[in-house]
Amino acid sequence: MAIEVRIPTILRNLTDGQKAVEGKGGTLDELFGDLDARHPGLRDRLVDDKGLRKFVNVYLNDEDVRFLGGLTAEVSDGDSVTILPAVAGG
Amino acid sequence: MLTIERALVDQIVAHARADHPDEACGVVTGPAGEDRPVRFVPMTNAERSPTFYKFDATELLKLDREVDDRDEEIVIVYHSHTATEAYPSRTDVSYSSYAPDAHYVLVSTRDENEVEFRSYRIVGGDYDGNGRVGAEVVEEEVVIVEPGSAPANR
Repeated sequence: MAIEVRIPTILRNLTDGQKAVEGKGGTLDELFGDLDARHPGLRDRLVDDKGLRKFVNVYLNDEDVRFLGGLTAEVSDGDSVTILPAVAGG
Repeated sequence: MLTIERALVDQIVAHARADHPDEACGVVTGPAGEDRPVRFVPMTNAERSPTFYKFDATELLKLDREVDDRDEEIVIVYHSHTATEAYPSRTDVSYSSYAPDAHYVLVSTRDENEVEFRSYRIVGGDYDGNGRVGAEVVEEEVVIVEPGSAPANR
């Protein structure tokens, strides 16, 4: 078992076009690190030195991870993570 | 060119008027691959601001699932400007990565009596993590189809 991560269209150039990839880790931060080893550049699109990027939404089993501790949110096998760029503007 | 039924235009404008002086936002979806706006889906502006909009994160996830399950695509992303013209701002372009190929409809509610309803494509550019950079804004013609008339072909 692993953690399924759904990738938005705009980032599929980093996953060879795959809509979903699998990874492992105990926290979201570790999961992104694990994914980055196989999909270099992915972590940088999601995280900056302050944590999760402001205009990226990450959901753990359909819940916004900002309410679950952000990068420190605990993840485990069988979980599903979805990444969606924010839709915003001025 | 954006071809759209009068009823959808009216719904978008009514949403923009209702949320004024805050910006209103939402999408119109349609069958995948047809570039045809059909289903009006207003979204909550999580920022509730006269100068900024952001789709509520929970609603965005629900929308994304629905579009997938119904074999749809995002045909239009719309939002309103409440004090300026209906032209995409720099931040509008920056945060257009979710549906990069959609029609971007701008409505201005700055004039109580006059409706500004314009459509744009945001072309090219790359997503660098902070936003979409180097993209170009191209205005397109809006063809409004009246009820009962045959839909125009693109």
